[in-house]
Amino acid sequence: MDNAARKLDEPTPVAAAAEAPAAAASKSAPRESAPSGKAYAQRWLALYWRKLRAIAIGALSLALFLLAWHLLTKYRVSFHVRFVNVPSPEMVFESLTRALRSSTFMSHVALSCRRIFIGFTIAAVVAVPLGLVMGRFRLVREFVFPIAEVLRPIPAIAWVPMSIMLWPTNEESIVFITFLGSFFPILLNTLHGMAMVDPVLVRAAQCLGAREASIFREVYFPATLPYVFTGLTVGMGVAWVSLIAAEMISGQFGIGYFTWEAYSLVQYADIALGMICIGVLGLGSSAVIRGIGRVIMPWGKT
Amino acid sequence: MTAPAAVAVSKGRVTVTNFSLSYDTLEGPVEAVSDAAICVNPGEFVSIIGPSGCGKSTLLNAVAGFLKPTRGEVAVDGEPVAGPSADRGMVFQQYSLFPWKTVRENVEFGLKMKGIDRSKRETSARTLLGLAGLLSFENQYPDSLSGGMKQRVGIIRALAIGPKVLLLDEPFGALDAQTRVIMQQILTNMWQRLKTSVLFVTHDIDEAIFLSDRVYCMTARPGTIKAEVAIPLERPRQQSMMMSSEFLALRRGLMSLIREESLKAMGGEVNDTALQGLGIDLHGQTLADVI
Repeated sequence: MDNAARKLDEPTPVAAAAEAPAAAASKSAPRESAPSGKAYAQRWLALYWRKLRAIAIGALSLALFLLAWHLLTKYRVSFHVRFVNVPSPEMVFESLTRALRSSTFMSHVALSCRRIFIGFTIAAVVAVPLGLVMGRFRLVREFVFPIAEVLRPIPAIAWVPMSIMLWPTNEESIVFITFLGSFFPILLNTLHGMAMVDPVLVRAAQCLGAREASIFREVYFPATLPYVFTGLTVGMGVAWVSLIAAEMISGQFGIGYFTWEAYSLVQYADIALGMICIGVLGLGSSAVIRGIGRVIMPWGKT
Repeated sequence: MTAPAAVAVSKGRVTVTNFSLSYDTLEGPVEAVSDAAICVNPGEFVSIIGPSGCGKSTLLNAVAGFLKPTRGEVAVDGEPVAGPSADRGMVFQQYSLFPWKTVRENVEFGLKMKGIDRSKRETSARTLLGLAGLLSFENQYPDSLSGGMKQRVGIIRALAIGPKVLLLDEPFGALDAQTRVIMQQILTNMWQRLKTSVLFVTHDIDEAIFLSDRVYCMTARPGTIKAEVAIPLERPRQQSMMMSSEFLALRRGLMSLIREESLKAMGGEVNDTALQGLGIDLHGQTLADVI
């Protein structure tokens, strides 16, 4: 809306100076009427009611989900799908409060986060530069791409046995699985971003005296950044999938292990707690990446 | 560094001699430009007009250093063009501003590449932004600007490093008619102050006459120079001049030159009589007028 308004009053050089005070005046106009709080509130409502509505509907939807869960477990519905042993929301909440007080649960969570952090960071640090170099130099791309294409379709879970053989410690093999999960989405998105760089921008930079290194730094890299962040967000999601699988199969600690152990020990409330916890952690880590992206790409539209 | 006065006198002579450029295809080489010769004298404003696909942009891109001639030579101030460089500033039809840089950072880019320090860069960028009436937008990103504003940034970005020649490839082609006229005025104003040589490519006859000292008219593919027309209109030029008899006479002359080529470029089977045969009313004008 703001943009459209600005585009309309396209100033000519002469008009620009004359227009500036006018613009300042129109900006201060709403402030004068600000004391009438009611009008201000109305305007605020008019501008943000769509967002408020979305929040309200979202909250309602979650509440209905909880209610359905509550009812299904309370009446132990068994209609082919059996809710007989499924813990109720109350039981999960109780389990949560107990877990928050125990240090073991928190250390499971902390360890999983640590594995994600290390595996994902290494993946990003390797895949982003590799993608940039592959995008810039055809020889590197033609050499590395076939390997990437063969390894990419192998799901991270399928790597678990191989990983255990490869790495001396269990911890390292789990981090390796996490690394693999996030590596390919980051690499491929970076590569795609490099392919999407507008050649006219490269030409413009050349005409302004930019040499190879500057073009890479000032054009290719920032032009690819939005795609890099798409890759990081997707990669973070896959990292969690891979981590949980690895922890369930080979772990002794971690939130994935916690969830699997809860099943073995017949602590059904803890299964749901583990699942919800994984969901929240995944959501949170993606949000962190999007937030970082927004800070370092202020030109983006989001 | 030479004295600025000496530079101002000698800089910006573009000479293109015996220029031919062909592309290799499976059917053999296809000639885009054939044996063209143009020159731009220091400080002169020269336009190239021609029907679309006649190779006028090809010629401009060769002067910029993006394309190598198959035969012939392109030289600026006697030195053969070997590749793109800061000597020859370029303005593109698609604006081509860096979206991740603010308006001022875009204008500063060439100076930054030259290694000029931050405060000096900022001062000269702000001076130019002031000239273009864009100072209040210096910290905005290009996405929030209108087309006319973006292209003004594009022009001053190219001018900021003081190129010998400014090359413009249909820079106002994407703008609406009103904005286009204002932009032409702004461009001539800036050119008169800075006295950089300009090579301007367009398919708009009015635009070419209004802006230029000389106009080259190109033939349909393979492009060659069909005619060279001097524009003796006095400067500074006003929009009202576009109605003068002098202007209209030049317009008529260029139109008849280009009309035949436009028809050729459209594939040969389109001509005035054929259109009349289809029952299309040209309201007493010729097809070239309508196009």
